[in-house]
Amino acid sequence: MEEILGAILRALSFGTPLLLASLGAIINERSGVVNLGVEGMMILGALTAFAVAYGDGTGNGNLYLAVLAAMAVGALASMIHAFVTITLRANQFVSGLALTMLGLGVAGLLGKRFEGVPLFNQAPELPFTIAAVLLALLLAFVLSATGFGLTLRSVGENPAAADVLGLNVNLIRYGAVAFGGAMAGVAGAFLSIASRPSWTDGMTVGLGWVAVALVIFVGWSPLRAIAGSFFFGLLYYLQFALQGKIGIPSEVFAAMPYILVIVVLALAGARGQQGAAPEALGKPFTRGER
Amino acid sequence: MRFIADPNPSRYKTAWVSLSAILLAAVLTGFVFAAYGSNPLEVYRTMITGTIFDSRGLADVARRTIPLLLIGVGLTLAFRAQFFNIGAEGQILLGAVFAAIVPLFFPLGVFSIPIMLIMGALGGGLWALLAAWLRQRFSVNEILSTLMLNYGALYLVIYLINGPWKGKNVRGFIYTDEFPPFAEMPLIGGTLVHYPTLILGIIAALGLQWLLVKSTLGFELRVVGENAGAARYVGISSGKIVTIMALITGGLAGLAGAAEVSAIHHRLLEPSQISLGYGFTAIIVAWLARGNPALVLVTAPFMGITLAGGDLLKIVLNMPFRIVDVFSGVMLLCLIASEIFIKNRIKWGR
Repeated sequence: MEEILGAILRALSFGTPLLLASLGAIINERSGVVNLGVEGMMILGALTAFAVAYGDGTGNGNLYLAVLAAMAVGALASMIHAFVTITLRANQFVSGLALTMLGLGVAGLLGKRFEGVPLFNQAPELPFTIAAVLLALLLAFVLSATGFGLTLRSVGENPAAADVLGLNVNLIRYGAVAFGGAMAGVAGAFLSIASRPSWTDGMTVGLGWVAVALVIFVGWSPLRAIAGSFFFGLLYYLQFALQGKIGIPSEVFAAMPYILVIVVLALAGARGQQGAAPEALGKPFTRGER
Repeated sequence: MRFIADPNPSRYKTAWVSLSAILLAAVLTGFVFAAYGSNPLEVYRTMITGTIFDSRGLADVARRTIPLLLIGVGLTLAFRAQFFNIGAEGQILLGAVFAAIVPLFFPLGVFSIPIMLIMGALGGGLWALLAAWLRQRFSVNEILSTLMLNYGALYLVIYLINGPWKGKNVRGFIYTDEFPPFAEMPLIGGTLVHYPTLILGIIAALGLQWLLVKSTLGFELRVVGENAGAARYVGISSGKIVTIMALITGGLAGLAGAAEVSAIHHRLLEPSQISLGYGFTAIIVAWLARGNPALVLVTAPFMGITLAGGDLLKIVLNMPFRIVDVFSGVMLLCLIASEIFIKNRIKWGR
């Protein structure tokens, strides 16, 4: 019994960054903007949170401030993507990819001095998990039952019609992308100050990509994202729990999350999940064009 | 400020906008260097004098250019067909694995090298084909699938060199036994420039330029890339085009991987040693070439300088190799952001 409880707790821990990041991505994708830069923004958030929490090295950094700073940096990084894809109407997929390269590069470069130093003021994990679940419920409500949610969805489904109704399509999209960036930042903060309180280059290990894939898997629904993230969390947990215990090489377990992303995307495709995608997803909006 | 469409921008305009984007990227990256605590001017001076004004540096640029050329040519074509292959990194590794089968298990004497290259192309091609199939059959976004397949390839190589293919005489090291001499591709004396692959790369660039511009397949490819609806209407099978494209782009990346292990390392070893992120850098090579495989002959050496320079900075200024990622990211962002200024004229006022 205790073992099962332990497993559930670990699965929740592994699933939390996925849920945080994918909730952000759901919002920006619902507004019509894909951001493949989640991995890059997440690692920037991780570095920022660690640097703030580290303070002068005695563990005197404020943890709330660390999370807020990670959100701010994530949002700031996402503004690069917003400017390039919304204002300059560049290819959203390539821009997000470039943002990931940039984020991984900048974090690796600027984080070099924190490599291998311990963090004494570790943050608890559970508040992040609870906040993520509550936020998922809140977002589900906002999206389906409020005027604001309707506005956001209309911008993602039919920007031309939203524009005719007097909505500022680009401004709403900027806001949604910023939210996505901030959430990726929190996810990073969770990693570097709560679940693995340390800084290592590339410590997001593809979680950002898994979060992006998860959005498709859960059909852009915040509620289903809760189940989806904890399902993947369980898989990550099993990867560690089963390693070395049965006669399967450890590399198979290490590769498993990535292979599963492909399997999950294929399943989503086979079920026709792509039909649930916002109609204008990935397409830049130009006033007066249809 | 408004944008007025300019459907046929002049080459002159394309060139100066692209050059401005590169310059802007260099300036922006300079700020990151400054934030790291290095003098950006000193960084750039080290990079340039150590690569193009130094004979050993130049040879290193050439060595880095070879894989970038092969992969970049393939990616140029793939992007033209709207197949965003981000998985060249994994395709390189699969190419290296398939090539290594020949010297490790089926020593073929003098025929080894050509067979290794063919095997490499096959390995990389199949890895890319998997992504193409997933897109056709299950509409899986190929950016995500190729990226995930990179991780798959990475762990496959680690598994092989740690497990079944681990060398008998290598003690604690994790790599295979050394290939026999006939599996070692010749080099230009005193350098690591494997000229047979370089020649293949040049042939690929010119050949695929011809294919794109002059052949029926190239025409079909351009139609599929520019207007998928029209392609369907005139009866061009986009499935066929994407399949061929995946085989070419993955095959060239696999070829590059096969050449790296055959010419430079003489064994299958850790993924990070086989490829220095060539698969990602080649995306910029292809983007810079703007859909013209022949132009990769210019853009590949340019990015080769960045890679060789990054290597140099690691040694001379003790900077992490991650600076190459910074430069790549900023450069790619600047390039795609500049696109709108090529395709449009700017009109000030209302």
